[in-house]
Amino acid sequence: MYDFSALYEATSVSHAVQLMQEHPDAVLIAGGSDVLIKLREGKLAGAELISIYKLDELREVTIDPDGALRIGPMTSFSHATKSPVLQQYMPVLGEAADTAGGPQLRNVGTVGGNICNGVTSADTASTEVAYDAVLEITGANGVRKLSIHDFYKGPGKVALEKGELLTAILIPKESYENCYGYYIKYAMRNAMDIATIGCSVNVVLSADKQTIQRARIAYGVAGPVPMRARTAEAALAGQPVGEGAIEIVGREVLNDVNPRTSWRASADFRKQIISETARRGLRAAIERAGGVF
Amino acid sequence: MEKKLVKCNINGKDVETYVDVRASLTDMLRNDYRLTSVKKGCEVGECGACNVIIDGECFNSCIYLAVWAEGKRIRTLEGLLGPGGELSDIQQAFVDEAAVQCGFCTPGFIMTAVEILETGKEYTRDELRKLLSGHLCRCTGYENILNAVEKTMKQRLGKA
Ligand SMILES: Cc1cc2nc3c(=O)[nH]c(=O)nc-3n(C[C@H](O)[C@H](O)[C@H](O)COP(=O)(O)OP(=O)(O)OC[C@H]3O[C@@H](n4cnc5c(N)ncnc54)[C@H](O)[C@@H]3O)c2cc1C
Ligand code: FES
Ligand code: FES
Repeated sequence: MYDFSALYEATSVSHAVQLMQEHPDAVLIAGGSDVLIKLREGKLAGAELISIYKLDELREVTIDPDGALRIGPMTSFSHATKSPVLQQYMPVLGEAADTAGGPQLRNVGTVGGNICNGVTSADTASTEVAYDAVLEITGANGVRKLSIHDFYKGPGKVALEKGELLTAILIPKESYENCYGYYIKYAMRNAMDIATIGCSVNVVLSADKQTIQRARIAYGVAGPVPMRARTAEAALAGQPVGEGAIEIVGREVLNDVNPRTSWRASADFRKQIISETARRGLRAAIERAGGVF
Repeated sequence: MEKKLVKCNINGKDVETYVDVRASLTDMLRNDYRLTSVKKGCEVGECGACNVIIDGECFNSCIYLAVWAEGKRIRTLEGLLGPGGELSDIQQAFVDEAAVQCGFCTPGFIMTAVEILETGKEYTRDELRKLLSGHLCRCTGYENILNAVEKTMKQRLGKA
């Protein structure tokens, strides 16, 4: 038995909003792979839960009329990996999802929960940060949109007001068009481990594949929340494809990050991994985009 | 505490029972249906001892609310036995390959193996290792488990 005091099951998004208004202190539970663990640890003892597990309408990945990818927040990690839309336009997100936990965890953990928990090590978060994702948030006053960059407020804190839930993760067309990404999770084990560093890189090359038009780099665990490496991105724009770009990124990312020492790894070690994952990630992304070294 | 009627299909049979809303699926399967192949190991989603198949995908039932099972098709190790209690090919392979020692992890591993085998695909050993990576085994050292799954996969594909 879990130690909670009541469970309300939402049957639609508007029902979920209504339940959140009726029970303002209740905790929203999606796939439950964070909330149920906290309950087991006694951290949410006696809480009320509102479950959105049965909202299958939030489990789809589709394309909006304006070309944005619309990722339902209840999409499980494994369904993100299997999604034909993501495989075609943003395979890096499915690949990142495929590094989380192990196979059974990937069937229950959701991509929405992975950002709403505000955790820096979340394996899909850095890729969404690297693609300038826009979040669709629904509450009693209707729907609002918020850049993912404004969503993270601090460790475990996100910009969801009481009574609001995430109803879509949108990837703008200009983010994924002609864009090729690569995610590297550095952890101590190949499975069932939290990232020591997660690095998501994506590039747009010029038509002749000789020049980096745009590079975007985001990290998990390089700071208190998932973050971009803007100095390195600026330094890469316009650089020719080649070893020089790899040297630049390996050096410049260190200006952007602020890793800390924890029992998992020291800050110095994390810096080395931050630099090395940027180098490898950039090389892989450029190769995927058709660039040749 | 509030109880809720949960109707689902377990190992091919339509069943229903009132469960405490605080119950995990492990609690319901073990206590209400006596399906004790579903083990209580870590109870935090890390070890795979409680793994069952829900609508064709594997889930750790310890981090799954029993009420979420409403309308689902659930399979546990008990559902693999033949009509006369015969072992299925994958269970027999675990016996033959000495992939079982204490046996605590075995039902969970076998249900993941069932999901893998039912894709009908052929996987490399490295792929199998990844597909089985959501389970911990304190006894066997994993090699014999991989052998058993690989052997059954090849047999089913007519390649053994
Ligand atoms: C064994 C194990 C291994 C794990 N390994 C990894 C790993 O390798 N990498 C990784 O990134 N994570 C890992 N996790 C953490 C977890 O699985 C993920 O963070 C997952 O994405 C959480 O999603 P959920 O829907 O299951 O979570 P829930 O517990 O349902 O929700 C998480 C939080 O987000 C909120 N929330 C969820 N959905 C919404 C929504 N639509 N709107 C508003 N708020 C919402 C909830 O209120 C809660 O605070 C692991 C967890 C376990 C148990
Ligand atoms: S008991 Fe469920 S994963 Fe360990
Ligand atoms: S056989 Fe003992 S845990 Fe696997």
